Amino acid sequence: MFESKIPSGPLAEKWTSHKNHINLVNPANKRLIDVIVVGTGLAGSSAAASLAEMGYNVKAFCFQDSPRRAHSIAAQGGINAAKNYQNDGDSVYRLFYDTIKGGDYRSREANVHRLAEVSTSIIDQCVAQGVPFAREYGGLLDNRSFGGVQVSRTFYAKGQTGQQLLLGAYSALSRQISKGKVEMFTRHEMMDVVIVDGKCRGIIARNLITGELERHAAHAVVLASGGYGNVFFLSTNAMGSNVSAAWKAHKKGAYMANPCFTQIHPTCIPVSGEHQSKLTLMSESLRNDGRIWVPAKKEDAEAIRKGTMRANDIPEEDRDYYLERRYPAFGNLVPRDVASRAAKERCDAGFGVNETGEAVFLDYASAIQRYGKTEANIRGLRNPSEAEITKLGKEVVKAKYGNLFDMYKQIAADDPYETPMKIYPAVHYTMGGLWVDYNLMTSVPGLYAAGEANFSDHGANRLGASALMQGLADGYFVLPYTIGDYLASDIRTGAISADTPEFEAAEKGVQDRIDHLINNNGSKPVDDFHRRLGRIMWNECGMSRSEAGLKKAIADIRALRDEFYSDVRVPGTADQFNPELDKAGRVADLLELGELMCKDALERNESCGGHFREEYQTPEGEALRDDEQFAFVSAWEYTGDPSEANLHKEDLKFENIELKQRSYK
Amino acid sequence: MDLTLKVWRQNGPNDKGRIETYPVSGVSPDMSFLEMMDMLNDQIIRDGGDPVAFDHDCREGICGMCSMFINGEAHGPNRGVTTCQLHMRSFKDGDTITIEPWRASAFPVVKDLAVDRSAFDRVIQAGGYISVNTSGETLDANAIPVPKAQADEAFNAATCIGCGACVATCKNASAMLFVSAKVSQFALLPQGQPERASRVQRMVDQMDKEGFGNCTNTGACAVECPKGIDLSNIARMNRDFLSASASEE
Amino acid sequence: MSNTGILKSSLAKKYVMALTGLFLCLFLAGHLAGNLQLLLKTGEAGQQAFNEYAEFMTTFPLVKLLSYLTYASVLFHVIDGIVLSMQNRKARPVGYVKENGAANAKWSSRNMGILGTIILVFLVSHMQTFWYKMHFGAMPMHNGLKDLHTVVVEFFSPDNSIGLIAVVGYVLAQAALAFHLSHGFQSGFQSLGFRHAKYTPVIEKAGMTFALLVPALFAAIPVFLYITQL
Repeated sequence: MFESKIPSGPLAEKWTSHKNHINLVNPANKRLIDVIVVGTGLAGSSAAASLAEMGYNVKAFCFQDSPRRAHSIAAQGGINAAKNYQNDGDSVYRLFYDTIKGGDYRSREANVHRLAEVSTSIIDQCVAQGVPFAREYGGLLDNRSFGGVQVSRTFYAKGQTGQQLLLGAYSALSRQISKGKVEMFTRHEMMDVVIVDGKCRGIIARNLITGELERHAAHAVVLASGGYGNVFFLSTNAMGSNVSAAWKAHKKGAYMANPCFTQIHPTCIPVSGEHQSKLTLMSESLRNDGRIWVPAKKEDAEAIRKGTMRANDIPEEDRDYYLERRYPAFGNLVPRDVASRAAKERCDAGFGVNETGEAVFLDYASAIQRYGKTEANIRGLRNPSEAEITKLGKEVVKAKYGNLFDMYKQIAADDPYETPMKIYPAVHYTMGGLWVDYNLMTSVPGLYAAGEANFSDHGANRLGASALMQGLADGYFVLPYTIGDYLASDIRTGAISADTPEFEAAEKGVQDRIDHLINNNGSKPVDDFHRRLGRIMWNECGMSRSEAGLKKAIADIRALRDEFYSDVRVPGTADQFNPELDKAGRVADLLELGELMCKDALERNESCGGHFREEYQTPEGEALRDDEQFAFVSAWEYTGDPSEANLHKEDLKFENIELKQRSYK
Repeated sequence: MDLTLKVWRQNGPNDKGRIETYPVSGVSPDMSFLEMMDMLNDQIIRDGGDPVAFDHDCREGICGMCSMFINGEAHGPNRGVTTCQLHMRSFKDGDTITIEPWRASAFPVVKDLAVDRSAFDRVIQAGGYISVNTSGETLDANAIPVPKAQADEAFNAATCIGCGACVATCKNASAMLFVSAKVSQFALLPQGQPERASRVQRMVDQMDKEGFGNCTNTGACAVECPKGIDLSNIARMNRDFLSASASEE
Repeated sequence: MSNTGILKSSLAKKYVMALTGLFLCLFLAGHLAGNLQLLLKTGEAGQQAFNEYAEFMTTFPLVKLLSYLTYASVLFHVIDGIVLSMQNRKARPVGYVKENGAANAKWSSRNMGILGTIILVFLVSHMQTFWYKMHFGAMPMHNGLKDLHTVVVEFFSPDNSIGLIAVVGYVLAQAALAFHLSHGFQSGFQSLGFRHAKYTPVIEKAGMTFALLVPALFAAIPVFLYITQL
């Protein structure tokens, strides 16, 4: 089952014609079909709600105490859509083009075009659901611009867009729960998928409160379980975000695609010490108005690090606005991978501005002045004083980014209205994930993947405000239709039984793993191993990668994994609420995934998007792609050991876009 | 910093529960409160004990999962923050900190500091939505203009993270702030009008069924709300419920 | 939801609390207006005026109707309050080990039940002393009218063995009333859904003024009567 199933015909007509020709399940038959959805973020909630609304019987699972808490909630900046409300020449084609280019030409044309096509419906849908997007004074929707594009197509709700969209999807889901069309299982974790006669027919889930293992059978299973950025331990992901659902599917035959494509987000609050448990993102929307710089003189940077000098002491001419210098066309709004690497380059060169030398400034002083002047004009103030302008400017900035500034102040104990923020790149998103065909089906029949859990739309680098778009596109508008193509052949199957040897074997496998962990009686807590795994991954498979480093990382991870299984200590028992046990299971999977990521990075002898191999760069230090040899999707098949995974290549054909070196200069 | 923690330990909903005292040392002021709890648990696990169970997830103040009653206040002494955004610089060396779970009969304790807030989900399921199908075949988004001030107010109400601090703080364990925030969000938008009356009735009905207490208008909920949801939402719900009940046939 | 359901709703109970409470505020204002005659007019004229007022209050049909409304309001306010308090107690069966209520709410708002109970106890003794006597007890007569004036004046007198206790008790009860009103007045409006950026501050100020002024004037009367009879 390794066919992309991309429909034939002209690019712009593929989706419509596909929808017109795939098999449908009639409403009466939908009532006879059960679908399981794992994860209740944007993709999962919207898929579960839509499938239930169409008539399928849905069981939805999340490990949190409520579906509303999935990590989509933390997305800040916005959601893209080719509405062209700002009349700046935006179109479906432009969104498609920007996404392909932003992804450094490593994604499927057909998938990305479909994403751009349905993007406009998402906004209509969300507004109809009561999502309170930001508006202009005329009552119409407002937009902002994001990295890697030259139009304003991002819809937003202050710095809480993900929250508002997720609550919208959650409300749609709640409506179906109240109708009895969705059975919701909170505080349940998927432990394994069950394959019967080559088809995915259910899952083994664990009730996290009682520890009981449950069998749930269905005609199809949708994994919308998010990304695996937590393999780095420190990331902007939630503490509970994990790869386990996807990884268990991988071990049962689903291919893992492009696992090494991780996104390092340029604007996060820097690490403050050893105790750090997670990193906090400062929305990319801040780069709309903020200017990024480091001192131009090394001695100034040193003085700042020592604390003998402050950012505001450095005169304009001694500041290096390195993004504006290197990329005049896009300036501070270059894509994330480019901005992150540029920050690392300056810091590695000795210009970093915090104690550890791993931070750059994000400065709002000039934005405050600019907005202040405009606001003074609006209010008809003549010859406003410097102080008046600053005050007005701060008010405007507060209205736009208030919650982000508050958050920064809370964490960094510094006032970003007065002094520039310190930021540094951090792991944020994983473009890689389960390989899926055009219908979002994995290489296991009946097993689907949606949202960040799949690999499909972002290539080697995701553009800002596109994750929300993809999650909702998959869940509302793609998967509910494409799944019918598969389920149409299942209308006569009848209810799937969970009382079969396959379910029993899967449950026993889960039980054995749990027993091993809980009875291990080692000496170190789970976090100890997770932290060490994260350090290996960040150093060798993070912002820049090398052959030697990756090889070393693979060896280190294998050793760490052995140590984990012999020395991890999981307190308590398996039949109670035991968050340490939950964590142990997740870290065990991350310890395997990390190795596959390194292997994937090692195989890909080129630099593209978020994957930067030191050996492959242009003289100016930009990523050097190798389209001759690497214009393909790496789809890895599990064979019993992550290092022994089988590589399948899906060649990427670009029929509508000319491949060229990405330039934002 | 060296601290003394008095932590509520309770094995399950039927256990009586008790306070246990733990000394922790070497706490950095830059730590978040939850990182300090991680440190405590690391210490407990290495000593062969049972770590303190607590809910947490995003650790950036938006998922609403963290829920600790710290020194007599929901999410601790600071305003406008969740427990995960509370930093140890808000405490000083030698402090004794009492940490308890949210207490309400509608929020039974799962274990230690973790409670079951599914009552909130059931309130939303009772009517916290606009009944529109997810086909995408609705009006163009800009066909529904909403005055900016009204849209902003709806947004402010919609920022509720469902953490339950309002219930935890209220001396009556009332859920009025939570329920009214959702009622308000939709009451303020044109899209929410068709179901406005039935929504408020169904949601209030469910709120009562869950066993939350009554509102005494002390205003404590709004003070402790990490997202600054204000009392005008409760007034709006009171108003809407009254007019819905009065005009009911 | 059925109509009976609405009556059971927590919000309906709050409406009852608010409506009866606000009505009782009106009653307080009326009652105070009458009582003030004890302060404003002294001597024979005062006695006559006050007794006429008392006669009017116990016989005029419209006032009678209002008085029944008042009894009903008190009754409903009290019963509703007890029911609400019991429900509230049930909503949190296990209390906090450490609770810093002062951090986020005024003392009065957190103690409406206790304040209300004090007021109720006062009300019972108050009614026994004056209302019951006026309606059913043996009253001295003056110019053909029941002489409530003398009953009041003699009650709050140094010559009465419990006169001082009565004055102190009266003043303390008025203090409880002041705290009760300081929260209750504006809270009633909030419960009924009256909240507005422009008008709510006005309501709050009016409430505070009412809460200070009315009990203070009530309390001034027995104090004045006692002092002037020393």
